[in-house]
Amino acid sequence: MSPPVRMINDIAAQFQHQAPATAAAAIAEHVRTFWDPRMRAELMRRVESEPQLLDPLALAAARLLRA
Amino acid sequence: MSLLKEPDLGTPAKPGPATVSLEVDGLPVTVPEGTSVMRAAALSGIDVPKLCATDSLEAFGSCRLCLVEIDGRRGTPASCTTPVVEGMRVSTQTPKLEKLRQGVMELYISDHPLDCLTCSANGDCELQDMSGAVGLRQVRYGYDGANHLDEKTDSSNPYFDFDASKCISCSRCVRACGEVQGTFALTIEGRGFGSKVSAGGSDFMSSECVSCGACVQACPTATLQEKSVIQLGMPSRSVITTCAYCGVGCSFKAELRGAELVRMVPYKDGGANEGHSCVKGRFAFGYATHPERVLTPMVRETITDEWQPVDWDTAILFTAARLRDIQSRHGVGAIGGITSSRTTNEEVYVVQKMIRAAFGNNNVDTCARVCHSPTGYGLKQTFGTSAGTQDFRSVARSDVIMVIGANPTDGHPVFASRMKRRLRAGAKLIVIDPRRIDLVRSPHIEAQHHLQLAPGTNVAVVNAMAHVVLTEGLVDRTFVDERCEDFDDWAEFIARPENSPEAVEEFTGVPAEEVRQAARLFATGGNGAIYYGLGVTEHSQGSTMVMGMANLAMATGNIGRDGVGVNPLRGQNNVQGSCDMGSFPHELPGYRHVSDDVVRGVFENMWGSTLQAEPGLRIPNMFDAAVEGSFRALYVQGEDIAQSDPNIKHVHAALTALELVVVQDLFLNETAKFAHVFLPGTSFLEKDGTFTNAERRINRVRPVMAPKTGKHEWQIVAEIAQAMGYPMRYDDPSEIMDEIAALTPTFSGVSFAKLDKLGSVQWPCNENAPEGTPIMHMDGFVRGKGRFVPTPFVPTRERSTRKYPLILTTGRILSQYNVGAQTRRTANVAWHSEDVLEIHPHDAEVRGINDGDEVVLTSRVGATSLRAVLADRMPVGVVYTTFHHPVTGANVVTTENSDWATNCPEYKVTAVQVGLKSAPRPVETGSGETLRPAMVD
Repeated sequence: MSPPVRMINDIAAQFQHQAPATAAAAIAEHVRTFWDPRMRAELMRRVESEPQLLDPLALAAARLLRA
Repeated sequence: MSLLKEPDLGTPAKPGPATVSLEVDGLPVTVPEGTSVMRAAALSGIDVPKLCATDSLEAFGSCRLCLVEIDGRRGTPASCTTPVVEGMRVSTQTPKLEKLRQGVMELYISDHPLDCLTCSANGDCELQDMSGAVGLRQVRYGYDGANHLDEKTDSSNPYFDFDASKCISCSRCVRACGEVQGTFALTIEGRGFGSKVSAGGSDFMSSECVSCGACVQACPTATLQEKSVIQLGMPSRSVITTCAYCGVGCSFKAELRGAELVRMVPYKDGGANEGHSCVKGRFAFGYATHPERVLTPMVRETITDEWQPVDWDTAILFTAARLRDIQSRHGVGAIGGITSSRTTNEEVYVVQKMIRAAFGNNNVDTCARVCHSPTGYGLKQTFGTSAGTQDFRSVARSDVIMVIGANPTDGHPVFASRMKRRLRAGAKLIVIDPRRIDLVRSPHIEAQHHLQLAPGTNVAVVNAMAHVVLTEGLVDRTFVDERCEDFDDWAEFIARPENSPEAVEEFTGVPAEEVRQAARLFATGGNGAIYYGLGVTEHSQGSTMVMGMANLAMATGNIGRDGVGVNPLRGQNNVQGSCDMGSFPHELPGYRHVSDDVVRGVFENMWGSTLQAEPGLRIPNMFDAAVEGSFRALYVQGEDIAQSDPNIKHVHAALTALELVVVQDLFLNETAKFAHVFLPGTSFLEKDGTFTNAERRINRVRPVMAPKTGKHEWQIVAEIAQAMGYPMRYDDPSEIMDEIAALTPTFSGVSFAKLDKLGSVQWPCNENAPEGTPIMHMDGFVRGKGRFVPTPFVPTRERSTRKYPLILTTGRILSQYNVGAQTRRTANVAWHSEDVLEIHPHDAEVRGINDGDEVVLTSRVGATSLRAVLADRMPVGVVYTTFHHPVTGANVVTTENSDWATNCPEYKVTAVQVGLKSAPRPVETGSGETLRPAMVD
């Protein structure tokens, strides 16, 4: 699993207790706050190429990041 | 300055206002209740002769030299053990006292070598001084009677000798070992004339002695003397500076003879240590002059070439040109750097400034990434700032001390001594740790609860404790209602059945009832204080755990006053400072996010450069990007990432992939094997600047000697920036601190002049707190209200399996420090010459392993070999080792798992197998080199 996918899945695991929309927003905000742009870009590439490897909340967060 | 001899007032200060007035030899003095007559006399300017008394120890009253006469009282009481009384009139010099003291001194001297002229303590001997003070002119008993002059010298300790022939049995060493250090390794053996100091019946090296030096410092004669003083002679001048080892940040007097450092003596006015020390700070400074130290810059084209020594200009131009060339080919973001927690605030600040302003990106990170980055995240989320809440003195007011994932007696020994003093006085102790650390049961101390949890289950345990606090009605509602927010959401979460002690017992391994009792004790036992270490942070849930502890502290009202708080015990001397100075890729100095336009604008105006608004790469991200190809050059200041970072195979692959690695360090460390430029750094004895310790205390680091390399590290960095076309120039490190103060609100009141005046200050230090802030969040949290954050327990993906059935956890040992670059080059190797694997006897037996056997430690990412030590301090199924020696390479086996929020590596949980070593076989690291032969299957 590529580092960005592993990392966002790790983040998503921490927000499973929240409502999906709230969790996705929190995950996206965390990524915006702490990730270098090239990591976010790599995440977007992975979202396109291997979405099945992403946790559903992570995937929802990635969509927010793209928006 | 000339040799600084601090005043010794004979007995410790007593707390409280000065309310008791008395006269000493006709001089009026007013002192706090409980003060001794001896101290009162000293405060009025009169030194009463003494031998067994010193103000670091409680009065003992054995030498009979400090006798005084008191109007209205019979006899001649000892002034050290006599407390003052209102209206008391004391006489310290009378013919009667003179005669008595001379008689006492005659007895001492009749059994003491008369070798003053050749004695190592000549000029620094209290016995010698007191002989003069009492006017001793004869010894009527002669010198031929029964005596101790033939007692042998114990030279077993590498740093000091014990010459029993010079001992006057004053017990100061014995009391220092107990009262100050808390080890109780020394005792007085025998009775009467046969009384003698004994290290538990053996020599010092074989005893429980931890070589803190407290006994040496307390000794009034040459009985306990530093070997360096014996060899070099008595020092003649002092420089007050700060230790460069752990995050306690002890103040020392560096005592020199000419230009040669003779000894380091803990400074009584040091706010962090108040005159105490450990074996590292007190004695292990020889690395600074070790022959392996590199003093000349070196460059090479490839990492397989020989190093070429060059002058500074060549090295700086080479570095700058390569960095710019790589940026021209691969982009502005292709380079970055790592700051060091072993360097000063000023040195860290200029590196991050060079990266942000000269490199033009935010690819700066620090070694705190791999230790306390979750502290930064967790405490900022909950309290609003990334720092511990208390000063070290606060522990003296704690009633319940909870130590989580820390081993203070090894990692932070001087603070541990403070803690043990409070525990001996009756505070309760809860230890949460998979390993039975020494603190669980040590002389006069026994933990009320040791929650010996399975590695990786911290969050479940702290949640369970909070569950008990909430569901049993133990929440401090007044504190929560007035000071906190988001409590209801957290309360709903924490009250869920899955967070109960009973629900988590199966996987934490901690009996539910034990958790319940510990929680009740913490919530109801008075001032509750949490102290924690890397056993909290270096987990995949490290940040969650920090927030979990903050939640527990807030729920029980244990924030914002003396004796309470949440306190990270920082690993390296300047971890706090390196974080404060803007070393994280998302934060400018003062923990302000790079995306904040207003803050960034302030820095852009001061620095004259456009700054990036996006976060840069963190250390693990740099490694990933290096392997992937977008990151091409790395500047490493004082960190040995090729040894200290996890999953070394991956680290070595990343370093090998880089076009340029610049290492700024004292020694050719493991990382330097991958470097193209080596910039020799300065030891703490040469540095001029400040360190910030774990209690946010900013201490001056003063140069004891000129840089052996010819340049300060901040000068090197500034010159590289200039060579890259960015103007950066300072004439003095105080100018750097002035710039930090101008840019950082929490440092706005800090200057070298203020530090020289006050000794130290704890940030925030600004117009609201001009002399600093010992305790934070007293009137409100930094973020306004303390924020409760739900902390679900998410287990690590690292699980024990049939192939890797044991869990490895790592730590450190007292005598060694971090990757050992410093301590391995001192006599401290006498205590720890190699890393060993602690394994439970049961786990050893089923594998056919005996104590001392060479074993192979294997994880899914690598293998190494080391010697096994059978120890039941580990639970069955858990093994433990340290990472002080590169030959062992403990991080060969640690994995890529990291904290979800900060990428702090999960050093504390690695699934492993252990087996007897049989056929040796090289271990590939990915860099073409091999580590110690080990069987990997």
